[in-house]
Amino acid sequence: MQQVLKNVKRGLLATVAAVGVTLSLGAQANLLAEIEERGVLRVAVPQDFPPFGSVGTDLKPRGYDIDMANYIAEQMGVSVELITVTSANRIPYLQTGRADLVISSLGKNEERERAIDFSHAYAPFFLGVFGNADIAVSNPEDLAGKTVGVTRGAVEDMELEKVIPASATLQRFEDNNTTLSAYLSGQVQLIATGNLVATEIAERRPNQAPVPKFMLRDSPCYIGLKKGEAELQAKVNEIIAKAFEDGTLNQISETWLKAPLPEGFGS
Amino acid sequence: MLNFSDLLPYTDQLLKGLWVTVELTVYATLGGVAIGTAGAAGRHYGGNLLRGMIGMYVELIRNTPFIVQLFFIFFGLPALGIKLSAWEAGLIAMLINLGAYSTEIIRAGLAATPKGQVEAAKVLGLSPQQAFFRVVLIPAFEKIYPALTSQCIIVMLGSAVVSQISVMDLTYAANLIQSRNFRSFEVYLVVAAMYLVLAILMRQAFDALGRYLFRHRRSS
Repeated sequence: MQQVLKNVKRGLLATVAAVGVTLSLGAQANLLAEIEERGVLRVAVPQDFPPFGSVGTDLKPRGYDIDMANYIAEQMGVSVELITVTSANRIPYLQTGRADLVISSLGKNEERERAIDFSHAYAPFFLGVFGNADIAVSNPEDLAGKTVGVTRGAVEDMELEKVIPASATLQRFEDNNTTLSAYLSGQVQLIATGNLVATEIAERRPNQAPVPKFMLRDSPCYIGLKKGEAELQAKVNEIIAKAFEDGTLNQISETWLKAPLPEGFGS
Repeated sequence: MLNFSDLLPYTDQLLKGLWVTVELTVYATLGGVAIGTAGAAGRHYGGNLLRGMIGMYVELIRNTPFIVQLFFIFFGLPALGIKLSAWEAGLIAMLINLGAYSTEIIRAGLAATPKGQVEAAKVLGLSPQQAFFRVVLIPAFEKIYPALTSQCIIVMLGSAVVSQISVMDLTYAANLIQSRNFRSFEVYLVVAAMYLVLAILMRQAFDALGRYLFRHRRSS
């Protein structure tokens, strides 16, 4: 028994060592040069997270992230290869060198920053207060005397509670759908929710599309890159900045999120 | 494990919620029994058309879930331009609901009053109004009083559902506290006890009122 365990241990050590060597070899090469030489940009995109990425009726991936991937490849002058991933395996794909970029509605946090590098933000993802276009609200103080609908216990409920003035009323509902019903039936003029939920309303009831008033918590999406690829990172950031300036990014946002980029995005 | 002191910071919210529940129950009971009395009288003495209309109202309400009635009033009616606050919608749903049930209960009491009693009252020179209130209605109420008491308590307990349209009643407070400190066991145990006390107090109030209303019959 002990002998077997020893063998297993030795085998594992050898594997770890081999992986280590491969990884360090991979890190030495310049990925940007490699992509240009290869002529193909491999991008990990989601297939189960509309409107960022889903499979269309033609069985091809479509969405915000796919448009972004196509745009970047186009700007780099290479063709694109889309690899559909899940939220659990998107970072491993990057680390093992099977994808050059992860454009998969990826949020930033400390733990992830230790594992991979990030570009500048390319897509808005936030919790905020939304409402009819004709209501003048642009910060929490403006909510005084108004009623806001929210789903009880959700993050936006907790966030809003911290900033809402005493004279405003928070009407809490059981779940997201009930909160939406309250908004759509006009029982509340403002709701606190995520921008994707607002997109969903805009899709179902274009004439009642809620407009973002202010943000409660901002966690935009970034493009993920393998650690230490400074040239590729600079190139991607340059392309994002260009997309931002020439209006491409705003157009992608209008197409998939049914709303322009929020004010101050990308700054 | 159990920690009831986690509820202390929320005492204010619980008391506010309790007050909303009490308020709704008092209005709904008074109004609902009044609707029920009018409905029962209409169904008992009215013409065919009136009887049919009241019958439809009673069957419609008694054969649909309370929460659906509530959602229809709060989420559905705005489509017709009738926008009520959550509190108003909750009260109206309770009124309509108790009105329908108590119509049937009170009608049974009226039906059980012998005709001879009314004729005797006329012979003794009572006006029709006097005869209705003293000779028909009060004895009718006496017969169905326990059933009516139970129905009013059911409406009070059923008012927990109005928390779903964000009326800030006792159950709304409980759900909110639960979503903040995750002390489900403690919160719902305390709130259940509050409902229980409320129901017992309500029954005692009804009993006291009954002893006053039916004092003549008791003494004879």
